[in-house]
Amino acid sequence: MRRFTALLLFVLPVAGLCAGDAAWVKVPGGSFRSALKYEDGGIAKIAKFEMQKRPVTNAEFLTFVQAHPQWRRDRVATVFADERYLSQWPSSTRLADEAQAAQPVVDVSWFAAQGYCQAQGARLPTWREWEYVAAADETRRDARKDPAWRERILGWYARPSSGPLPRAGLQAPDAYGVQDVHGLVWEWTDDFSSLLVSGDNRVQGDADKMKFCGAGALSMDDRENYAVLMRVAMLSSLEARDTTNSLGFRCARDLP
Amino acid sequence: MKRLSIRLLRPALACLLLVVASAFAAPAATPLPKDSVYQLPLPLTDQHGKTWDWRSHRGQPQVVAMFYTSCQYMCPLIVDSGKAVQHALTPAERAKLGIMLISMDPKRDTPTALMGIATKRKLDPAHWSLASPRADDVRGVAGVLGVRYRQLADGEFNHTSALLLLDRDGRIVARTEQVGSVVDPEFIQAVHRVVAQR
Repeated sequence: MRRFTALLLFVLPVAGLCAGDAAWVKVPGGSFRSALKYEDGGIAKIAKFEMQKRPVTNAEFLTFVQAHPQWRRDRVATVFADERYLSQWPSSTRLADEAQAAQPVVDVSWFAAQGYCQAQGARLPTWREWEYVAAADETRRDARKDPAWRERILGWYARPSSGPLPRAGLQAPDAYGVQDVHGLVWEWTDDFSSLLVSGDNRVQGDADKMKFCGAGALSMDDRENYAVLMRVAMLSSLEARDTTNSLGFRCARDLP
Repeated sequence: MKRLSIRLLRPALACLLLVVASAFAAPAATPLPKDSVYQLPLPLTDQHGKTWDWRSHRGQPQVVAMFYTSCQYMCPLIVDSGKAVQHALTPAERAKLGIMLISMDPKRDTPTALMGIATKRKLDPAHWSLASPRADDVRGVAGVLGVRYRQLADGEFNHTSALLLLDRDGRIVARTEQVGSVVDPEFIQAVHRVVAQR
């Protein structure tokens, strides 16, 4: 029996690795105060939804590219992806090794991420859904007021990003059961281009009204929340065809 | 007997028409450039209630902007911009340019709402298309056009405003964020160039 358990322990993680798609995690709904100051109210109702347990890996994205060759890096329309798209792969249809296969896919544009999720009958999470899940630590659904939680996230941002990425799904799941929301890669959201952020609160005068049609840009309600602040700064600087080597994604879907 | 022969001929005629039409539509048969915004399939429903894909405008240069009809402040200026571009052209140039205003608010921008603006602003349907995408397509078209927006709780939108010039293959050849009755002269120059292209 013990031998059998040992065998099981050996086989299970491998089975997990070979399974095509990441598992889905149910996220219960709730009301949530965003760290962003929305002029139309800071508290959002989040409807229950499902999110992939970890970011999409290179292996999973390769399967998608093979089934939908218009997303190969040598065939993709340049309106949908910049010249860096999937440039970390040795060729347009091959991965370097098993280590790369298990890493989260990066250098993907919003269009490509969206195409992937659509092919799974899913969508990208909204910014609010992402922020809602990203507020959790391993035990609490909202750990944002805890200075230790903030320190830990800041520590990740402080680490140089030059080394190879770790495997997706290595970190402990958070209170929802979701992994790698922090500490691995940044992630696209469906409505990333709704983040009309002005870097400086002082420039909310008429110049901004011209740019943002009769309403001011978003500003931060919680300036101590660097984790969110940095995500917003990054996502609000991107165009939908842009790719970066620290930006991946995961999918979400509605729950009935 | 006569009627019968026409009936028999009809498929042949249709076929002939198709051949002739496709000969005229020859440019559309060449593959789209990879940097064409028409790479994005985009069914639109216009002010006349007609649904067509924006690729059907391939072959004619277009000035494109995103807007929504209930917008009080910026969107009238976007219409002003389109009119100002037209005003800067000769009649011959004007005849070669289309203006496409794409709604970011398909829920409320029904053909009736779109027609309301077209009538109020006296927009010639020969040149102006006001049209709504499907709700799921709004982010995508905003993505290829580089427009950012967010819907507010009261249904209004925060959005960036841009006027884009597409050449006949849907490549963005000019862009300006200066909207209103005074259009960026460089943008107007680009329009002159693009409508002159054969």
